[in-house]
Amino acid sequence: MAEFRMPSLGADMEAGTLVEWLVKPGDQVKRGDIIAVVETQKGAIEIENFEPGTVEKILVEVGTKVPVGTPLAMIRAEGEPAMSITAPAQPPEPAVAPSRPLEPKAPAPAPTPAPAAGAEAEERVRISPAARRLAEQHGIDVSTLLGSGADGAILLSDVARIIAEPKIGGARGRGFDLAAMRDAIAAAMARSKREIPHYYLAQPIEMTACQDWLAAVNAKRPPDRRLLLGALLVKAVARAARKFPAFNGFYRDGAFKPAPSVHVGMAIAIRGGGLIAPAIHDADGLSLDALMTEMRELVGRVRSGRIRSSEMADPTITVSSLGERGVEQLYGIIYPPQVAIVGFGKVAPSPWIADGKVVARPVINATLAADHRVTDGHAGALFLSEIETLLQEPETL
Amino acid sequence: MLQQKAESQATETTYREAIREAIRDALKRDERVFLMGEDVGRYGGCYAVTKGLLAEFGPERIRDTPLSESGFTGAGIGAAIGGLRPIVELMTVNFSLLALDQILNSAATIRHMSGNQFGVPLVIRMATGAGRQLAAQHSHSLEGWYAHIPGIKVLAPATVEDARGMLWTALEDPDPVLIFEHVMLYNMTGMLASDAGPVGINKAAIRREGNDISLITYGGSLWKTIDAATALAVEGIEAEVVDLRTLRPLDDATIMASVRKTHRAVIVDEGWRTGSLAAEISARITEQAFFDLDGAIGRVCSEEVPIPYPRHLEEAAIPQVPKIIAAAKTALTGG
Repeated sequence: MAEFRMPSLGADMEAGTLVEWLVKPGDQVKRGDIIAVVETQKGAIEIENFEPGTVEKILVEVGTKVPVGTPLAMIRAEGEPAMSITAPAQPPEPAVAPSRPLEPKAPAPAPTPAPAAGAEAEERVRISPAARRLAEQHGIDVSTLLGSGADGAILLSDVARIIAEPKIGGARGRGFDLAAMRDAIAAAMARSKREIPHYYLAQPIEMTACQDWLAAVNAKRPPDRRLLLGALLVKAVARAARKFPAFNGFYRDGAFKPAPSVHVGMAIAIRGGGLIAPAIHDADGLSLDALMTEMRELVGRVRSGRIRSSEMADPTITVSSLGERGVEQLYGIIYPPQVAIVGFGKVAPSPWIADGKVVARPVINATLAADHRVTDGHAGALFLSEIETLLQEPETL
Repeated sequence: MLQQKAESQATETTYREAIREAIRDALKRDERVFLMGEDVGRYGGCYAVTKGLLAEFGPERIRDTPLSESGFTGAGIGAAIGGLRPIVELMTVNFSLLALDQILNSAATIRHMSGNQFGVPLVIRMATGAGRQLAAQHSHSLEGWYAHIPGIKVLAPATVEDARGMLWTALEDPDPVLIFEHVMLYNMTGMLASDAGPVGINKAAIRREGNDISLITYGGSLWKTIDAATALAVEGIEAEVVDLRTLRPLDDATIMASVRKTHRAVIVDEGWRTGSLAAEISARITEQAFFDLDGAIGRVCSEEVPIPYPRHLEEAAIPQVPKIIAAAKTALTGG
């Protein structure tokens, strides 16, 4: 029997409020299924399950705030005998009666499939006309709903389920609470500057190879399948982090521990103010196309306020780029307990010395902010150089 | 109504026999009624619908015609204007195209063109649809084209009651009425009350009630759709089956009432998809019941090819039960 616990969704998180159960006792759950929604300072986060099995018992009622690590539910592994406890501490929520006989066999809504298009398409809520009307009649903000239909479309039954649920005082559905997020950013950044002795390095990188290669690859593709420079940058950082593990991991309790995987946190600005850096898992091993798809999907989900717990909790290094906003160099602040953040500015034509002559070449400025407790400037320089080397051969990324 | 009262005396009958009985009934009721068409007399009709009628009613009222659809349809129009009540039989809808000029430019327009001085109380019956391996010149479903034409009514009886009952109601109509008989229905049997008689032609019928999805269809596709609904019920999906019965004018009220109840619709239509009757119904639902929809409207139509001769290709070209089931399930996820 596995305990499904309130996860830590960041170094600064102490407690979370359970706002929604997406499963009920008896449901089969797989690894990766989203089974609950937890309200944190960063907003409502979808919590994934890691133990395949059957939901045996719900331990924490909707609306309850509990500390990190508190068991929320019991998950029975396949083949394990059922529990025979008769008096649960808190009775589970009554299962919501389906609004029509045709509820899918597996009652948990499928995790929202990746939108086929990019971030722009995701911004329009996919909702049936009837579901939209019902939501309006009940004053429900449709952007807070999770759809169970094709491509995540919100259907009548999804709205009916929300209406049937008991109201939770003050709890919201999906979406970000920007004020709470500002508090969380303030706490994390203040802690970082207080505790982490940052050192900064910058290196200009010539981008002719990347630009030419991208132009050639994209010439044959429709706009929604084109590779963007961001994918090359993330991939190069991920590969460099794999080669230099001292920049990839967590500094906790006075010691650095390198992470076994490279999960690159991608800093994404949120409209209305706010910043979040969810992880692209195993970015060093993804093909550029797969990476691009993940990046598009992640941006789309952040914009619609749908982030998964694992993405929030475990970036091992962060990449931030403000080049699109015209910034030349970005000096980042490390997100604790990570130990490095790589920044990129804009690609701009710049004077460049080639074969003893000054020529105009596209150049990007890469910066590294790293934790001096873990590495020194020399290692940082090698790390940045590795990124430069990788970006000279984009076809090998 | 009538059928219910006499249910104890219901007898099993075929769709073909029900139509023959309807023609006999009309010939007996009104001496102005006569039937004409290719091989309807001595041969008994190419689908054997009119067998025996020549002997019973004689050559004045059961008239074999030359192979000239335009000619004898025009003669029927003239007879109708002149005060008779002709039933013109066209062998198949494919051949009816030879009479399309008469139907559209004469029958459907004379009341308008004459300033309401003349009407054309004419009934035209014809076979439609695929399934008998008669290949691409005998198997199409063009009733949707006729449903495009103002000035006529278009009927598609799918049950023995409607086969028996629609003809007389059509003959009483002061304007042209086209009746489409699907070739795969002629051998179908059903229970028909011994005193079954005329039925209304201005309402669609709910052939099966359900709350989860509306399957809207007519004619030969009705029974496939009912089979699909039965299969869906095993999976807990309760489909409502709407039999349009009349393709022009469409009974919007019944269609919308069903969609407002189920919030989902799939239209099953043996016509080609592009510009089909299914397209028209889909458009009307979005016009009139948009905010009741919980998903995109689905269509199961024929593939856009001439209906093929080989059996497996013919079957693959037209709506079938598995396609209807799949479309219903897609619609249930929002399409």
